[in-house]
Parts: sequence; structure tokens; C-alpha cells
Amino acid sequence: MSTTLPFAHTEIRPNYLNVDYGWKSWLFTTDHKRIALLYLFSITAFFFVGGAFAVGMRVNLLTPEGIFAHDTYNKLFTMHGIIMVFFFLVPSIPATLGNFLVPIMIGARDLAFPRINLLSWYLYIIGGVIALTAVVQGGVDTGWTFYAPFSSTYSNTHVILTAIGVFVSGFSSILTGLNFIVTIHTMRAPGMTWSRLPLFVWGHYATSLIQVLGTPVIAITLVLLGLERVLHAGIFDPAVGGDPVLFQHLFWFYSHPAVYIMILPGMAVISEIISCFSRKSIFGYTFVAISSIAIAVLGFLVWGHHLFVAGQSMYASMVFSFLSFLVAIPSAIKVFNWTATMYKGSVSYETPMLYGFGFIGLFTIGGLTGLFLATMAIDVHVTDTYFVIAHFHYVMVGGMVMAYLGGIHFWFPKISGRMYPEGWAKFAALVVFVGFNLTFFPQFILGYQGMPRRYAHYPPEFQVLNVMSTAGASILAVGYLIPIIYLTWAWRKGPKAPQNPWNAKGLEWEQSPTPPPTFNFEHQPVVTEPPYNYSGEEPEVEIG
Amino acid sequence: MADSDTTLAIHEPDLRHHFDDSAQQLDSSTLGMWVFLVTEVMFFGGMFGAYTVYRSMYPEAFASTSHFMNVTIGAINTGVLIFSSFTMVMAVRSAQLGQKKAIIAFLVLTLILGCLFLSLKYVEYHEKWVDHHIPGPSFQYQDPRYVHQAQILFFLYFAMTGMHAIHMIVGAGLLTTLIVMAACNRFSGAWYTPVEMIGLYWHFVDIVWIFLFPLLYLIGHTQ
Repeated sequence: MSTTLPFAHTEIRPNYLNVDYGWKSWLFTTDHKRIALLYLFSITAFFFVGGAFAVGMRVNLLTPEGIFAHDTYNKLFTMHGIIMVFFFLVPSIPATLGNFLVPIMIGARDLAFPRINLLSWYLYIIGGVIALTAVVQGGVDTGWTFYAPFSSTYSNTHVILTAIGVFVSGFSSILTGLNFIVTIHTMRAPGMTWSRLPLFVWGHYATSLIQVLGTPVIAITLVLLGLERVLHAGIFDPAVGGDPVLFQHLFWFYSHPAVYIMILPGMAVISEIISCFSRKSIFGYTFVAISSIAIAVLGFLVWGHHLFVAGQSMYASMVFSFLSFLVAIPSAIKVFNWTATMYKGSVSYETPMLYGFGFIGLFTIGGLTGLFLATMAIDVHVTDTYFVIAHFHYVMVGGMVMAYLGGIHFWFPKISGRMYPEGWAKFAALVVFVGFNLTFFPQFILGYQGMPRRYAHYPPEFQVLNVMSTAGASILAVGYLIPIIYLTWAWRKGPKAPQNPWNAKGLEWEQSPTPPPTFNFEHQPVVTEPPYNYSGEEPEVEIG
Repeated sequence: MADSDTTLAIHEPDLRHHFDDSAQQLDSSTLGMWVFLVTEVMFFGGMFGAYTVYRSMYPEAFASTSHFMNVTIGAINTGVLIFSSFTMVMAVRSAQLGQKKAIIAFLVLTLILGCLFLSLKYVEYHEKWVDHHIPGPSFQYQDPRYVHQAQILFFLYFAMTGMHAIHMIVGAGLLTTLIVMAACNRFSGAWYTPVEMIGLYWHFVDIVWIFLFPLLYLIGHTQ
């Protein structure tokens, strides 16, 4: 193709950021990259709101007697959970990095449905505002799990308003997933076959399957919960023949697969980072790709492991226990293959790679303790203790948030056109790692010794470990604030980024300008080589 | 196709800028609609799941409630919806052939049938109100053995048929939009994607009713 757009050689090349500065050009944009940034800023805001509630909890747990009233503490952990799960973790990587990168990585000009993409952001914001309204009105105290009949009958807090907020934001998640599935199926550039798809895209495809299949079930569950709270017909009330365990089944049918919504995109980011900073093709590409799909599929068959002590049939529990062990196989495939990718690679230690190392180590601990919990006998001992809290924070925070930060740093030059300060970034990554482990490792011990979750008070012998955990949380908070400061600075004042600062492979680095123009490419990209071709096989003739 | 570029898009009025050609755009719309219908299946699936659990727990109570359902209206409504699916198909067929008047006629007919369904549904809901079969504080049931269990069934009845009715109302709004678009000459034999997509949605809503009718109205009539 010989046509070059007329502005290609002028000094300041038009890109998606400088094409228009008006507020309307942001709030009514259909450009997936601008929508990704809208998501980025709103998600960051929710992250700090959810984090503030965690600070309240950790402060309360400094002393065995606590400082907050029990009702207040109940609201703190509930709103921490609801905001972090539904308004940060679920949309985190897919709606920001995924939104920005999936179309570029497959060589498309936009997602298949740009207006639906914008609608999904508005639904997210409307749902978030409704949930925050409930917080301001006095909050909710059911736990993020909304278990009936407490939520449907007894709680006197703002359950319905919160449920409406989660319901509305759920549709934002569904629409993002739907958009990704259709885009990946129909809009790949010439030569971008399924076996050449970046693993980032495979991970988001698997995530989208869960979003599309699981989220409607939590939506209808919350509708039934709201109706029950209004009508008191007893559908979840055992006193009149209702079945509260049914609520748990419906809830976890979504919410267990949803924890894979909260880790698959992280794995997707790590696959890109590990391969790039090892200068090696990913080991066992096909296995890593298919393991994402396997996690998504198996993830739908294991929800019953949340109900081992809820009165579920013992035979059902045995089946769910067995199926839960199976999820370890595709997860382990990923960890082994990342490790094998680094083996004999030219590993370098830029910030994204530090987060990559952190992810692999912490996710491994989080995943292996998941096997403890899938074992019925051990689960009975540690159910509803801090062991469970530590387990899923190792996966959600040690895994997903690490991957999120790694991804933000890796693609920051692409997104902003600027470089971040490497020294500060490495320092922050170290602070996050230390703070995280100091916060959550003591909780494994606390849980194993029997400290239950969701209690505002605890016996004095648990104080040392709780103080360690709170100290770690303070360090972790600092670790999260430092990147906010230097990334904001770098966005305005950082040195201009070269086209491909990491010498990375992939359409987003090799064929799309940095930062990308509105339609991502100046000419139709064509893929002529396998993914992660770091070994130096010369690509066929570039078309351009 | 490999060399297609944004400049190609200018020639086709209904092709949006980010697609290479109409075939790709139609593929995307169709796949998107089917994925959306899958989410709808899961959405109703949660309620069908709850229905299955409670029916297996309380089979006699559930069977007894179906004597208080208005089977006549239910059967008429089933016929109305099946016929409306036929008129919807004819609207899509007319769109393929580019017959503007026929599109509008069949869409209006479909809309009328949809409204007829909703009107009959209103009559049924009113009967339930008069009979105190609305779940809640004023709920009463004729068979004292099954008061609580029947209330769960009526809860599910209203949740499922209510959610179905909301989908019918949305469908009626979509049909109205299509009629306006057709009247403004937006469709041609080459581009009628909205008619086809909303047709898929309409058939889906009909199919949900095909499951609801026997499960809610007919289960007690076999004994």
C-alpha cells in the first residue's frame, strides 16, 4: 500500500490524545483508547475509595478491642469488598489495558461496537454512583457476598441500593465481554490467525467468556434478592420453606468464575511481560493459550467449594473438591511455562519485569493455598478464617494488582507517549512487594491459628501478627501512592518515548505509532510472523 | 480484503468507519446478537434453576397452584406469540426483498400481537391481585397445607413472567423504532440488519414463553 496519510511526516503527529482537547471529545468519544483512559481514571478513584475502607479495618485491628463499633466495622469490610471486587478488580485490566490494546494487538481500527463500549463506561459510572450513594447514606453491612436471609430479611442497611449499583455495573462488564468476543472473532487483521494471537488477547477472550456467561446469573440473583427484600415472600427464608443455600449456589455460580475474571487478564499481561524481558518466545505458546480457556471452562464447575460447610450434600462436596483440584493444572501450566520462558533467556530487570517476578511468586503461593482450601478436611478447619482472606489476597492483590501495575508500566509509553522514571518505579515495585507480604503473610498464620474473618475484636494473643499486618498495609499504601505521583508527573513532563522502548514484539509496538492515531494504524497492518518472535527470525517483506 | 483501507468505507453509507466491508460488519452484528442472547439465556436460566430446585422440593404444592392459573388465557397468549413470530419472520423476508410497505405491515402486525399479549397478561395479573395471589403480606392461599410453598411458586411466577413481560415491552419499543426506520426508507435489500437482529430478539422472547407456559400453567393437570 503506497498511500501515506498527509500528516505522517509533519512535526507533531496527530494521535488519539492531541486530536481534540474539548471535554465533549472525551465524554462522547467512541475511540476505544479514550474510553480505556476514562476507565483508568475512574477505576483508580474506586481503588483508593476501596483502599480507604481497608485502612479503616486495619486501624481497627491494631488493638484487640478495636476502635470502631461492630456495626461500623461490618460496613467497612462490606464496602471494601464490594468496591474492590465489582468496581475495581472485575473491570481493572480488561476495561483499561484490554480496551486499549485488544483492537491494536489484532490489527483492528476499533472494537466491533464502539458506541456499546462507551455505554459500558457510562453503566459502570452509573452503577458506581449508585453504590457510592448507598455508602454515603450509611452503607451496607451484609458482606460483599450478600448472603440471605440476613441480606433479604434482617439487615437494616442499604442492601437494595447497593444491589442496584452492582446490577447496573454488571451490564457494563457483560458489554465489555461481548465486545471483545465479537472483535476477536471478526476483526483480526490479515495474517492474524488464532495461532498468532498474542496471549494477552487469548486471556481476554477467556475472560470475556466468563463475563458473558456468568454475570447475567448474578444479575438475576440480585433481582430475586431485591424482590424478596420488598415482598418478604420467603424465597430465601428457611422459616417458611425457602432455601438460603440456593442463594449461595446462585451467587457463587457467578462469583467463583468471577475470581477468574480477576486473574486471567493478569496472567495475560504477565505472558507479554515475561516473554519481552526474557527476549525469548513464550515456552509452549499453545498450552498457555489453551490453559486460559481451560481455566474459564473449569471455573464454572467448582463453585460448590464455597459451600463445604453450608449444608451442601457430602457427595456434591466431593465432586466439587475434585473439580477444584483440576483448576490447578492449567494454572500450573502457566507458571511452569513462564519459568521455562525465562530459562536461558536474556532476562533484564525493568520495572514491568519486577512486577512479573512478584506476580509469579505471589500467585504461586495464592494458588497453592487454594489447593489447601479445596481439600474438604482442611477447609472445615480454616473456613471463614484469615487463612481464606490471605489466600485470595495473594491471588487478587499479589496477582492481579501486581499484574495491573506491571501492565500499566509496560504500556505507559504506548498510552502516554512518555517514559516513566525507572528508578522511582523500581523503588515503588519493591515497596509494594515488601508491604504486600508483610500485610498478608501474617494473616495465613492468624487464620491457621483460628482467627475468624469479619470480627471487629480478637483475643490478645493475636495482636502481634495483626500489628505486623497493619504495618505492612501502611507500607503497601505508600507503595501504591508513589506510582500515582510519578506517573502523573511523567504524563506531562516525562521524556518522550521512542516508538518501541522495550524492543518488544507485537502489532502495538511494531506497526502502530506511539501514541497511536485515532484509527490505530496509518495503513492496514499485516501479520507475517509467529507471535513472540524474539529469536530473530526475519519477518517476511513488510507491506507498507 | 487484505489491502482494504479506511478510504473504501466512504462508498457504502451504512458501513461504519472501523469495518473493512459490509460482510465483516454483518458478521459482527450477528455474532454480537447471538452472544447477547446467550447472556439472556443465562439470565432466565437463574430463575429456571430456582424453579427446578423448589419444584423438586415441593412437587405437590407446585402442582396445586396450577389450578389457579388461567390456562385459557395462557393458551391464547401462547398462540398469539407463535403467530407473532411468524409475522416477524415475514417482516424479515420482506426486508430481504426490499418491500417497504410489506415490512411496515408485518412489523405493525407483530407489534399489535405483542400488545395483545401484554393486555391479556394484565388481565391475568389483575385476577391474581383480586385472588390475593400476589406474594407478600396480603398473600392468601386456598389450601392451608401449602400456603408458604405456594407463595414461593407465585413469587417465581411473577418474577419469571414479569421479567418476560419487561422483555416484551422492550421488544415493542424496538419494533416501533424499526417501523419508524422503515417509514424513513432506512432499509434496502442490501442492508436490513436491524430488522434481522430484532427479529432474533423477538423469537428468543417467544421461546422463553414456550417454556414458561407448561412449567407454570400445566404441571397440575396431568394427575
